[in-house]
Amino acid sequence: MRKSLWINFGFQAGALLVALVLTTLILVAVGAPPFQAYASILRGAFGSANNLESLLISWSPLLLTTAGVLITFSAGLWNIGVEGQMVLGAIFATWLLRSLQESGTPAGLIIALGIVAGAFGGALWAGLAGALKTFGGVNEIFGGLGLNFVSTALTIYLVFGPWKRPGTGSMSGTQPFDRVLWLPTLPDMQLSPWALGISLLAVFGVYILLRGTHFGLRLKAVGKNMKAAFLLGVPTWQYNMFAFLLCGALAGVAGAIQVTSVYHRLLPNISNGYGFLGLLVAMLINYQAIWAAPVAFFFASLNTGSVQLQLLYQLDSSFSGVLQSFLVLLVLLGEGARQRFLKSNWGPRWTRTPS
Amino acid sequence: MDTNALLTGLAGVLAAAAPVLFAVIGETITERAGIINLSMNGTVLLAAVGSFAVAYETDSLVLGLLMGALIGALVALIVAFSSITLRQSQVAVGFVLALACRDLAYFLGVPYMNQPGPRLPGWAIPGLRDVPVLGQLFFRQDILTYLSYVLIFLAWLWIFRTRPGLMLRGIGERPAAAFVRGADVNRLRYLYTVLGGAIIGIAGPAYSLNIKGGWMGTQSGLDGIGWIALAITIFGGWNPLRAALGAYLFALLQWLGLVLQSRLPGIPSQVLQVAPFPLMILTLLLVNVGNAEWVERTLAGLPEGTRRIIARLLRSLRASPPASLGVPFEQE
Repeated sequence: MRKSLWINFGFQAGALLVALVLTTLILVAVGAPPFQAYASILRGAFGSANNLESLLISWSPLLLTTAGVLITFSAGLWNIGVEGQMVLGAIFATWLLRSLQESGTPAGLIIALGIVAGAFGGALWAGLAGALKTFGGVNEIFGGLGLNFVSTALTIYLVFGPWKRPGTGSMSGTQPFDRVLWLPTLPDMQLSPWALGISLLAVFGVYILLRGTHFGLRLKAVGKNMKAAFLLGVPTWQYNMFAFLLCGALAGVAGAIQVTSVYHRLLPNISNGYGFLGLLVAMLINYQAIWAAPVAFFFASLNTGSVQLQLLYQLDSSFSGVLQSFLVLLVLLGEGARQRFLKSNWGPRWTRTPS
Repeated sequence: MDTNALLTGLAGVLAAAAPVLFAVIGETITERAGIINLSMNGTVLLAAVGSFAVAYETDSLVLGLLMGALIGALVALIVAFSSITLRQSQVAVGFVLALACRDLAYFLGVPYMNQPGPRLPGWAIPGLRDVPVLGQLFFRQDILTYLSYVLIFLAWLWIFRTRPGLMLRGIGERPAAAFVRGADVNRLRYLYTVLGGAIIGIAGPAYSLNIKGGWMGTQSGLDGIGWIALAITIFGGWNPLRAALGAYLFALLQWLGLVLQSRLPGIPSQVLQVAPFPLMILTLLLVNVGNAEWVERTLAGLPEGTRRIIARLLRSLRASPPASLGVPFEQE
């Protein structure tokens, strides 16, 4: 048992090492000094209070999308549509803020309602993907992808059409909201403790939901073996649908936070890839909610850190995406190799399971 | 719009569909063997950059094309290795590869951005080019577009009219039965995944060395093509002929979007460019809804005449995936 733990560790460390070697080779290939590049990513993430602040700001939407897809993954669903669900959250939040901003409603209430509207918008979009799967037989991967593109088009239409700035519409988005409609921040900072608090609470809630509740157990049963769960009396499609709605709501809150606390307006590409990144984080942690917060933190640090690469070495900031996806890919391959190793006859005798 | 402009436009549609066709036919062959290659969106981008870079440095279009196929084949090899040999989820690995290749393409592509490079010349086929209407439509294109026509029929013939093609369908439908018949299921799956990947890879140079004539980073407008191609594969019911129809419909819609745009200046261009996506969802719905249980129940309650018409309509649209798509084969 202890030895197989060491083997697990060995394969995982090996996978991370191979991933690092590969990304280093890529850096060498484009003629960048690899070690300075990694150092500048670290500095970009943790080097100054400002950098750390933007790291914490991007941590929060990633936490929310990760928490969301952990639910759908538990139900055995591939919610690729999480990206569009986040966008719909942003659209709904913007809509609410726009319609109430001159109504005299207390600002705090408007912001709170905006976040609720975001959750509703995300859930609506996820519900659409879920309904397409449940009643139309459209695989959630394709339904979700299609809806992602539709949500982008919707944003662009709103930004250039009905919600355009006075004058002409532009890719920089709608007219920014008044300062009072910003989610309250720490003094002299951009960071909102509310955004971070909501996100951490969401991750904790999902951890409890999946780990310690009857609902979570049955959801996982549906994900592991739909037929068996159905035969045991679990209402499977309702559970699937519920997983979609819950994930969509969390992604929608992420979108609403982008609007109320980061950009203060709606702009194209408001989801910033956090939906897909959440899927990557969930895969990397092997769908264990307990690791969600630290790994999402690590991924967010790569994201903010790689901005430095562009400034210092004129390297494209997509390098963070390369790093992240190579890590996940190699960990998946490493896991497969480990299972092969433990099963095969060429593994050492003591690793075989005693009969 | 006069006839000449219309024909030119439609000929453009045939050319614009060529890269999508490569991707769709490659994926169809892969999925026929029982493997899903979800990495397509990244593969096409990486192949586009890689082939352009090679063609740019060596000034050889042939090497560029080969590079595209090689990249596609290598990515497919990772999919095959992880799913067949390592028994990992094809969807997970494919999705991660889709992101990895896309980001890699953007990262490595920076030095080649907006560089003028070699481009496939057009080549009107002597004799055929002068056939009225058809000549202008089909035979004043470039070599990759001609290749795409040939590929449709070649793939169809191979899958449905040859013995190895029968085996290909067998390993995707009932691998155990194919194994009993003497097929080395996993080796064949490797082979067809890599072959399909190479064909998918051609879609890259079909963009960067032909239609787009270069690499424009995130402005290339290629992000998303691979996902559409996946949807068209399903729409095509894993049949190259029907898949080709899907690819041409898609290209036609995009062209119509461009034409409409000049008529409707109020709508931003980006909105019309995504018009195919809601339609894609709708077609997927039509293709799949016939498989849903509640539809059959509802149909049973309808009057006989209506029921028969709707049932026939749904059956003609319906497509079912290869029975063992995504299911690993254990030879025991």
